[in-house]
Amino acid sequence: MAHIKTLQELFRRHRRPGDIVFAILFLALSVFLLTQIYGETSWVKRTKWFAQPRFWPAASLIAMTLFAIFHFVGSVCSPRILGRWLEVVFWLRSLEFVLYFLLYVAVVPLLGYLPTTVFFTCLLTVRVGLATPRFLGFAALFAVCVAVIFRSILQVKIPAGQIYEAFPEQIRAFALTYL
Amino acid sequence: METLLSSIAILSQWQVLVALLLGSIGGVIIGALPGVGAAVAIAILLPATFAFEPIVGLTLMLGVYGSSMYGGAIPAILINTPGTAVNALTTYDGYPMTKRGEGHRALSLAYSASFFGGIFSVVCLILLSPLLAMVAPHFGSREIFLAALLGIILVVLAHRGQVFAAGMLASFGIFLSTIGLEPVKYTKRFTFDMTWLTSGINLIVVVLGLFAISQALLLLVDKDHKPGEARVEGNLFSGLSELFRFKRVASVSSSLGVLMGMIPGVGEFTAQFLSYTYAQKTSKTPDEFGNGAPEGLIASEAANNAVPGAAMIPLLALGIPGEALTAMMLSVFYVHNVIPGPQLFQGQLDFVIAIYIALILLNVIVLAFLLSSTNLLLKIIQIPTRFLGVMILTLSFVGVYSLRNSITDCAIASAFGVFGLILKRLNLPIVPIILGMVLGGIMEVKLRSAMARVKSPLDFVDRPIAAVLFVMILLILILHVRTVIREHKSKRLQETSSNSDTSTQQG
Repeated sequence: MAHIKTLQELFRRHRRPGDIVFAILFLALSVFLLTQIYGETSWVKRTKWFAQPRFWPAASLIAMTLFAIFHFVGSVCSPRILGRWLEVVFWLRSLEFVLYFLLYVAVVPLLGYLPTTVFFTCLLTVRVGLATPRFLGFAALFAVCVAVIFRSILQVKIPAGQIYEAFPEQIRAFALTYL
Repeated sequence: METLLSSIAILSQWQVLVALLLGSIGGVIIGALPGVGAAVAIAILLPATFAFEPIVGLTLMLGVYGSSMYGGAIPAILINTPGTAVNALTTYDGYPMTKRGEGHRALSLAYSASFFGGIFSVVCLILLSPLLAMVAPHFGSREIFLAALLGIILVVLAHRGQVFAAGMLASFGIFLSTIGLEPVKYTKRFTFDMTWLTSGINLIVVVLGLFAISQALLLLVDKDHKPGEARVEGNLFSGLSELFRFKRVASVSSSLGVLMGMIPGVGEFTAQFLSYTYAQKTSKTPDEFGNGAPEGLIASEAANNAVPGAAMIPLLALGIPGEALTAMMLSVFYVHNVIPGPQLFQGQLDFVIAIYIALILLNVIVLAFLLSSTNLLLKIIQIPTRFLGVMILTLSFVGVYSLRNSITDCAIASAFGVFGLILKRLNLPIVPIILGMVLGGIMEVKLRSAMARVKSPLDFVDRPIAAVLFVMILLILILHVRTVIREHKSKRLQETSSNSDTSTQQG
């Protein structure tokens, strides 16, 4: 009994709400990856252990699983702060913005960087509750500055929008190169 | 002399000067914005810098890295909100000084201490250069492997109270670096027969996800915070002369900053903690610490600003990054086929000296900018945090998408963004993942080449530097175990005495 108490004291730490959910998920991921080691890596004949393709994935996954077990035990032994599922909901709420981001990524090659960025920043500004003319103006100005600095001036590698092909000839070349 | 002239010629290109100016001023603004740190900015800028010359890209990043902590002190002192995480200790004494009407004195002292720390570290870097140039060539594969291993161990152990989490995340980072086609035997590792995993997981995509997208998501989902308003009146130059009264604290703190910056995996927090403790223990008025002690403020700011310069030492001399920001800088080197390490000091000393001079210039530019524009910065930081989230997410797109125009990269970065958000909410460290990815790759390559000439395990440490590194690793592990046992015993003693106190009261 005394040994268990000592072990509990050794592993006790500050734990935030949702800690145990993360600890379980990470441990599950570690164990899953470790079980895949034989199928997903190979052992090459006539090659020493340190040059084996399996060596580093195995070493890292064994360490990851061991530490994940200790982290999980630490979570179990530490005093709980209420609010676990509220915290998980907070994590999940971020997926809404991830969705907007991925839609933005998908639309840029079609509608072009500048127009999509203006639309994206204004949409997000409205979504986060700042739909005033002042902030919408800031959002549009910010989008224009970003597009001009990165695509027009720094010539960062972002494809031109397919829609630009339909523009009148006078501005098509300009739009394809700079917007 | 010829090398110095060559360095000045490198720096006098207009692109380098513009990068230095933009990086320095941009870094101060980014540092002053609570919720955006140098890591977010550097992660976003990283792919854009690949199009530049290495010195231009590095100067831009160094500018942001070296100046963000200057800016972070402003909200820490005036509105009790640290601009960057490393300015948290500055609030302890900076804000109480503001409350008693000494805001301008606190700011002035913080700027002066930061300037002192920044310049001190560059001077150390310059003085250490001949030594580094002499020692660095003796670092072969086994020494670099041991130094990288030391870095991993230190980054895990430096997270006191979170060692297990840091360990599992560092291991996760090492695992990530192994995914894809193995470079020597060309066998697949953890690709699950998916083509997009064959080329591996790109470090920059992970960095952008964990640092930039996660921060954007956090700001977008969380409640809106608007920093309070503040204004500063008075002469900000006065701190420069006042700093001389505290030159001992400033020098020791800067030295600790340099020392901690040089050791991979340790960084600003340990440097600040040690300098603050030193300043308090040697002060004539230790009770004032936490209530507005100028020495506390100086200790914190001098130590954290001495770190960036020193952190360049392991990066330039050995090619081993000590923390996340230098890990990002390493990728700039790699993209341009400039391999930092012993050969850089032998073959491209002018490039190294140009970096040193850039570091000195950036400190001068930042100090001049801050002395004239603090009130302007206080207006800029009034941006609502959710709007900042919109800005960071928009900029993250440039960072990830411009890399390879890949939607898959954006999806992977988003996944790491959510992962980073969870880690930030749980107060778990992100840096071990990045260092695990970078150092894991280095360890794999170096172990393979080092073991080719090793017949027995002892051969691995038969060279002096390898032996020293091996002994250091052993000592660090033994000392850590000893500290854990001691802490556990003292905790038990405290609990026993508090239990006996309680029982006495009850009795």
